[in-house]
Amino acid sequence: MIAEPVQAGVRARGVAPAWALCTVVFLVASLLVGLGVGAIGISPGAIVVSALAHVPLLHVHSSLGNVQDAILWQLRAPRVVVAALVGGMLAIAGASYQGVFRNPLVDPYLLGVAAGAGLGATLVITYGHASAQLVPIAAFAGATFAAICSYVLGRSAGPARTTGALVLAGVTVTAFLTSVQTFIQQQRTDVLRNVYSFILGGFATASWHDAAVAAPYIGVSSIVLVLHRRVLDVLALGDEEAASLGVNVGRVRLVVCAAATAGTAAAVAVSGLIGFVGIIVPHTIRLLVSTSYRAVVPLSLLAGAGFLVLTDVIARTVLSPQELPIGVITAFFGAPFFAVVLRRSRGRR
Amino acid sequence: MIELHDVSVRLGDTQALDGVSFSVASGEWVAAIGPNGAGKTTALRALCGLVDYSGEITVDGRPARSLSRRELARLAALVPQIPETPPGLTVGEYVLLGRTPYIGYFGAESRDDRLAAQRAIDRLELAPLAERFLTSLSGGELQRAVLARALAQDAPILLLDEPTTALDLGRQQQALELVHGLRDAGLTILSTMHDLTLAGQYADRLVLLDRGGVVADGPPDEVLSTANVSSYYGASVRVVRDEDGVFVLPVRR
Repeated sequence: MIAEPVQAGVRARGVAPAWALCTVVFLVASLLVGLGVGAIGISPGAIVVSALAHVPLLHVHSSLGNVQDAILWQLRAPRVVVAALVGGMLAIAGASYQGVFRNPLVDPYLLGVAAGAGLGATLVITYGHASAQLVPIAAFAGATFAAICSYVLGRSAGPARTTGALVLAGVTVTAFLTSVQTFIQQQRTDVLRNVYSFILGGFATASWHDAAVAAPYIGVSSIVLVLHRRVLDVLALGDEEAASLGVNVGRVRLVVCAAATAGTAAAVAVSGLIGFVGIIVPHTIRLLVSTSYRAVVPLSLLAGAGFLVLTDVIARTVLSPQELPIGVITAFFGAPFFAVVLRRSRGRR
Repeated sequence: MIELHDVSVRLGDTQALDGVSFSVASGEWVAAIGPNGAGKTTALRALCGLVDYSGEITVDGRPARSLSRRELARLAALVPQIPETPPGLTVGEYVLLGRTPYIGYFGAESRDDRLAAQRAIDRLELAPLAERFLTSLSGGELQRAVLARALAQDAPILLLDEPTTALDLGRQQQALELVHGLRDAGLTILSTMHDLTLAGQYADRLVLLDRGGVVADGPPDEVLSTANVSSYYGASVRVVRDEDGVFVLPVRR
């Protein structure tokens, strides 16, 4: 065997293989729990065999009956897939926004995405004569519109103050759109329940169609954000130092914001507003693994997907057959978990 | 190597630079001196394209405006006065960030980049600290890490903004000796300096700025006159000259 050259140079740690494996195992386990747990329990083995049976040319025979098969693939699978897509997206968008604004408290709804989606959905539910299919489209359009307004408003303050100005612009747009949304909602108390159920968010009605609608946006957005992981580390040095290292800071911020917003808007359109995921998941990874965006960005995507699938399982089983709003669960279980991680990390780094 | 011709910068309501012209020859160390707010740092920032300016700046014979950010970053490395120290970053990873101008937008470091960073670390004797977190370093160690990052940029020009601000007297000398040691590779250096004696000891030439304009430009012996220092700094000083150089000493009025 030939020995490695002694001087291989400096390396960035990136994602340690052990942590990558941990996160993948967590995601796969979450998916199996999400598919298997419910009024009718299905074992992980049966799920795997049934999945293989659906692959053409393999000739594997599933042990599941027709009813079980339908529950698994028509009810639970789309729900689990949409929850995974949304969870991964919210977490990776939160991580990216925190990087690009160098602010740990920023979440994916920073640029008014939540308020815009809420207003869009409220308009359609209130005036859109029972057209449920239009709700995701209106939510997506509202979210995108809000983010563009925030960006244009923030940029108008001049390039030197972009970060702070963008955050303030997001707050301004959010406040304005929320007031309009509340006003419309108060005019028509008969649709209040529908609006409220959108705003609380959840996956009770998730379908393969939802997954197919959201997946392209979330897929492209995630790829773009993962590709930015090294540049986000450079941005941690501040705008001026990053610029002196040859980074076009304004362009990076625009591209990252656009990708994160498009993906978040698609997630919100199919799931409503689910809070806390975009903050808790990236920070848990920072505390447990590394603060480098090379680790935070890709691991947030995987861990966020698993986290929301598990939370959804709790939301639909705890008071079964009633469903709890998933936002209640993300915060109720997420907050104490995060508190423990925060405490345990004391004194490290 | 560097030429500023009639460069003016407005920052809000302030005229930070007003028709500044000076040049730095290849391999030369020029220190920009002057009282607070004279425009020293603004001149460095204009050179790096961090502020808008009127007039003309040429770097390595090419107009700085025609260079992309990456091209400029391959020509001139900036050591900021107060560098950002992101938590959770090791010294090695920090130095590696200096290779950014050579790495594609979506790319990762190549073997060459890792070796260049290693060379910079060895050069500044940071190898024992390479695995340490940036936030755990002392002021002098951090200064060396920032210099190593700039060195990893492989740029022929080094721009130093007050390289000795946060250091005690011994560390100040060590840092400047270190910079002096880097000159054998033909490095061109433009630094801003507060300490006039140290500026005179290490720089080949001093450019004295006051209220955004150049008021003196020449060898330390010439620029550091009692008249210059007292009129532009409003200070009461005694300037002592001997075979070791020029010494600017404050004297109580």
